Amino acid sequence: MSVLSKSPWIIHYDGSSCNGCDIEVLASLMPRYDVERFGVINTGNPKHADILLLTGSINEQNKPVVQNIYNQMPNPKVVIAVGICATSGGVFRECYNVLGGADKVVPVDVYAPSCPIRPEALIDAVVKALGILEKKKAASLAEEVKK
Amino acid sequence: MSIKILLSYLVLAPIVGGLLAGLDRRVTARMQNRIGPPILQPFYDVLKLFKKETLVVRPSQTLYIEFFFVLTVFTGALFFAGGDLLLIIFALTLAGVFFVLGGFKASSPYSVIGAHREALQMMSYEPALMMVAVGMYMVTKSFQITDIIHYPKSLIMVLPGVFLAFFFILPIKFRKSPFDLSTSHHAHQELVKGITTEFSGKTLAIIEMAHWYENVFVLAIVYLFFASNVWVGLSVSLLVFLSQMLIDNATARVRWQALVASSWLVALVLGGANIIYLMIRG
Repeated sequence: MSVLSKSPWIIHYDGSSCNGCDIEVLASLMPRYDVERFGVINTGNPKHADILLLTGSINEQNKPVVQNIYNQMPNPKVVIAVGICATSGGVFRECYNVLGGADKVVPVDVYAPSCPIRPEALIDAVVKALGILEKKKAASLAEEVKK
Repeated sequence: MSIKILLSYLVLAPIVGGLLAGLDRRVTARMQNRIGPPILQPFYDVLKLFKKETLVVRPSQTLYIEFFFVLTVFTGALFFAGGDLLLIIFALTLAGVFFVLGGFKASSPYSVIGAHREALQMMSYEPALMMVAVGMYMVTKSFQITDIIHYPKSLIMVLPGVFLAFFFILPIKFRKSPFDLSTSHHAHQELVKGITTEFSGKTLAIIEMAHWYENVFVLAIVYLFFASNVWVGLSVSLLVFLSQMLIDNATARVRWQALVASSWLVALVLGGANIIYLMIRG
């Protein structure tokens, strides 16, 4: 396990969530679950973040915002779709203004469907994401070696 | 002798600074009823940042931060080599100016406001820092650190007001509440990350390491007040550092007007009274 997975800094963006998942995301940082034990910091700044947590379904209005945040994050980076709305659109999937899940606009690495997500499931998703983060770093290093 | 101290400063300061930062996060977590990250967490963070991609708005912003780092290390090096206290304070200011310039150069609204605030913070702590130099000169008749540190009596006995003025501005240097206006380690930032918003990867790691060097240097100035006894000096420095965590967790951030007004008032009233007393006593 390299240092990449020892200090995952997250940024959390609320697409059009009902705030259920957002409350659970923040609850994970609170004393009961205290994910800072594993070095997780909620940065609130895409340029410092490694992991993008997206909650809520994606619509026309927040599409450019999500893409902008994703593009501003330095590599290697991973995206987690938090909750069923970010995974597929959930009950809002058929709405005229909803495009669907987060994977319609940015590449999603981990899907964590629930309504709302449990902090345990979220922590599990972040651990999965860390494995992917390591793989991405290894892949980019291998590519550099090839060049 | 001083070469040995200088070299050990260059090697040990980031290690001590990083461990202090780890202790800070641990103690802060305990104060918030959390368990907190491992003591080595700041090192993991910095090593990770070195592995990340470095995004820049303008390539020159990195250059300013490199100067900031070099000058911060230089400031501490001057101190541990036993240099001139006035020169040390000017070097510290110059380092701060480069950090502010880096923030302006990145030219995002958040980092520019952060840079404005960093400049205001520098303006706020300068008077108290000058009082430290003036007060120590009046007592020991020298600006040289080697002379000040070998002064037989404890400086705190004659400079209590100056020490309190210096203590008041410490949260600015440690980037703690109530004076963490320009940037903060905590998530509750209303300006994204203030002056560090546009810095990522290696540049952010350099800023973090400069902060470790700076913390060690600031604690070394605290040590100067108690230098007549090594163990008293070291334990008071640690206590002062721990007190910053208590202040950080017990206070809310103030507005910049309150920052400038209060720090100048405290420096002029406490520090000024102390120095006037020294002048009268002769």
